[in-house]
Amino acid sequence: MTARSESARTESARTEPGRTPDLLYSEAEEDLRSAVRSLLAHRADAPTVIAGLESGTPYDPRLWESLATGIGAAGLLVPEKLGGQGATHREAAVVLEELGRSAAPAPYLTSSVVATEVLLALGAHDGPVGELLGDLAAGRKVAVLALPFAMSAADAAAAMTGTLERTVTGVAEAAAADVLLVPTEEGLFAVETTGEGVAVQPLVPLDLTRPLAGVTLTGAAGTLLAEPGPAAEAVSKGLLAGAGLLASEQLGLAEWCLTETVRHTRERHQFNRPIGSFQALKHRMAQLWLEVVSARAAARNAADALASGSPDTPLAVAVAQAYCSKVAVHAAEECVQLHGGIGMTWEHPAHLYLKRAKADSIAYGTAGRHREAVAELVELPAP
Amino acid sequence: MSTAIDAAGIRRRTQELLAAHPPAATDRTDFLKARFDAGLAWVHYPAGLGGLGASRSLQAVVDAELTAAQAPDNDPRRIGIGLGMAAPTILDYGTDEQKQRFLRPLWVGEEVWCQLFSEPGAGSDLAALGTRAVRDGDEWVVDGQKVWTSSAHVARWAILIARTDPDVPKHRGISYFICDMTDPGVEVRPLRQITGEAEFNEVFLTGVRIPDSRRLGPVGDGWKVARTTLMNERVSIGGARIPREGGMIGTVARTWRERPELRTHDLHQRLVTLWVEAEVARLTGERLRQQLVAGQPGPEGSGMKLAFARLNQEISGLEVELLGDEGLLYDDWTMRRPELVDFTGRDAGYRYLRSKGNSIEGGTSEVLLNIVAERVLGLPVEPRNDKDVAWKDLAR
Ligand SMILES: Cc1cc2nc3c(=O)[nH]c(=O)nc-3n(C[C@H](O)[C@H](O)[C@H](O)COP(=O)(O)OP(=O)(O)OC[C@H]3O[C@@H](n4cnc5c(N)ncnc54)[C@H](O)[C@@H]3O)c2cc1C
Repeated sequence: MTARSESARTESARTEPGRTPDLLYSEAEEDLRSAVRSLLAHRADAPTVIAGLESGTPYDPRLWESLATGIGAAGLLVPEKLGGQGATHREAAVVLEELGRSAAPAPYLTSSVVATEVLLALGAHDGPVGELLGDLAAGRKVAVLALPFAMSAADAAAAMTGTLERTVTGVAEAAAADVLLVPTEEGLFAVETTGEGVAVQPLVPLDLTRPLAGVTLTGAAGTLLAEPGPAAEAVSKGLLAGAGLLASEQLGLAEWCLTETVRHTRERHQFNRPIGSFQALKHRMAQLWLEVVSARAAARNAADALASGSPDTPLAVAVAQAYCSKVAVHAAEECVQLHGGIGMTWEHPAHLYLKRAKADSIAYGTAGRHREAVAELVELPAP
Repeated sequence: MSTAIDAAGIRRRTQELLAAHPPAATDRTDFLKARFDAGLAWVHYPAGLGGLGASRSLQAVVDAELTAAQAPDNDPRRIGIGLGMAAPTILDYGTDEQKQRFLRPLWVGEEVWCQLFSEPGAGSDLAALGTRAVRDGDEWVVDGQKVWTSSAHVARWAILIARTDPDVPKHRGISYFICDMTDPGVEVRPLRQITGEAEFNEVFLTGVRIPDSRRLGPVGDGWKVARTTLMNERVSIGGARIPREGGMIGTVARTWRERPELRTHDLHQRLVTLWVEAEVARLTGERLRQQLVAGQPGPEGSGMKLAFARLNQEISGLEVELLGDEGLLYDDWTMRRPELVDFTGRDAGYRYLRSKGNSIEGGTSEVLLNIVAERVLGLPVEPRNDKDVAWKDLAR
């Protein structure tokens, strides 16, 4: 290591990293986007998603298979030698933008990003870790981290408690999972959900498109994947990647809300004019546009930092979450309001986005929690 | 025809310039002239006009080499209106003579420009302007009053729009001129502003004679030319690269770090929120720059001005509060005539007051929101009653 990169690492986050982040989309990323978007348009249009919510299944297995295996999205972060695509967080972020835009239920963020990242961070590519990574990459299995969805990377160390005798509440997509990654004081365990002593009790979630469950382990058997030290670090990396790429889901979601609101207000007439010609409304939509454009820069920056392993990653992620959470909620709230009565109906998809946006604003740490992280990283201490 | 010039070619030319005119031993203006003549002023401009017809992205190579060699720069702050507005308009609409005459001294900073657009009766509704230009042989005779004209007191030239036909609807009867600020009949009066200083002016035009050779674009088509100017005005604000904490947020953050006794929980919440927003605005600007370099300019430029105006106002407002007792004081109310517009200089009270102009100058935030809504989002325009009425018949 050169003296220069050594000093860059110890430098405060106040100064920029040496490398300029690439904030654009590559051609390959745009191709991936088209593939995912057209799949979701066919298999996950709004009426289909709304009907699916009442079917009692956590996600549509056919859609998941096409996304995970057909397009190969599940293995984007996994190296080719382990059966994945060997791509990066930049590509995964594009998939999440599209999933945000469709609000389709699919355990992508929890399994293909967070659980996958945790396993990758363990560095052990043979044995049970490598095997499980292969299964996740191929879409054969779904794994989720058995932690509350609200937990942020900053709290990862505190998550390494308890034993395989415990209850964890609010685990996202646990009902869809084949494997739970359970942090305990003895290290990280892989626990099969079909095994003895594992109970997954679905909860009634605010966001119907991302089911939550309580997980109760009573004498469950697990495979030890890592000792407490490396496990805590891996969990923290997984949660950081989750938060960073959640920003892209929030971006896609906000974009859908803005596009639909513009479309609706151009068509809907009141007072003998399209309501979108009233300046009070135009300004609100123009303001949202500015927020979406800014959210895109923040989300791309986080994805690029994760992809390049930049020392700036914790700050890039905290900035993206502190910003994009609010933008997604604002966009969804404006979407409901500017749709008027239609926006309050079950039939119109606006509610899916509002529920997803609000839940996302708590997932992997609230905006406030991420602002605390920013304050610490750039040395702006509280009184 | 542009022969493909690559990064290596640009770097070589820059090295040649530096070898022929070592910055340490060369007068500032002479160096800038040589740089212009070498085509390294705006590399994407045509050869002979300060450029090489090269890709815009290569400017970064030149700038980096010159900065490393500690070469003088042309202080874009001092010549902002010329650089950001007059130059692109002259490049698009000027005759060869006009381009040859004006671009070099403009870029070098020998000649400062101002913008004679706004009038007491025509601000946001700029096309309603009433300053008249009447043809007299090879000349135009101009009468009228302009207002809020920044830098008119130091400007050698002005871009000017005036009404040449009052009998057609307002957008169609305007022509665009280059006005010599030293001509008889041009009177500049300081207009003191909210900060106490007089950065802008009233300009009275009485029988000012402008040769027809200083018209930009066809007679009656000045609104189209003016739109080029206005677009560049809005975009030029988001163009520069700024480092993290480079804007006003850096000043407040420094005070926060150095003065623990000023900290409160409420201010902390607001400061960190603004820090995040300033960082995101910086990244959005960076993304816009990358789009430009990649040849995919996005509409984000119009948004950046909105974002910076709001941020500057909120950050400077917070800074005054943070300073508490000291925030009750102001550095100096003496009326001064600054040559430079300096948003970040002086003290917190000055920054707070000056930043109020950020959402007014160069198009108000309300007008920019209208533009974004209509041109970017495609929302319907509001019904209007001035479209098919001759300018002279409009209510005033
Ligand atoms: C510091 C500073 C420097 C300047 N420098 C120059 C210069 O060098 N050259 C120059 O030509 N001009 C200059 N200006 C003038 C500036 O461009 C105008 O002030 C601006 O365009 C607004 O016009 P106005 O002041 O007439 O306000 P008005 O148009 O009267 O607007 C008043 C208020 O009404 C709102 N409003 C008006 N129309 C609409 C609408 N359609 N929809 C919604 N809201 C609307 C505005 O947003 C504003 O809030 C400068 C201004 C400032 C503050």
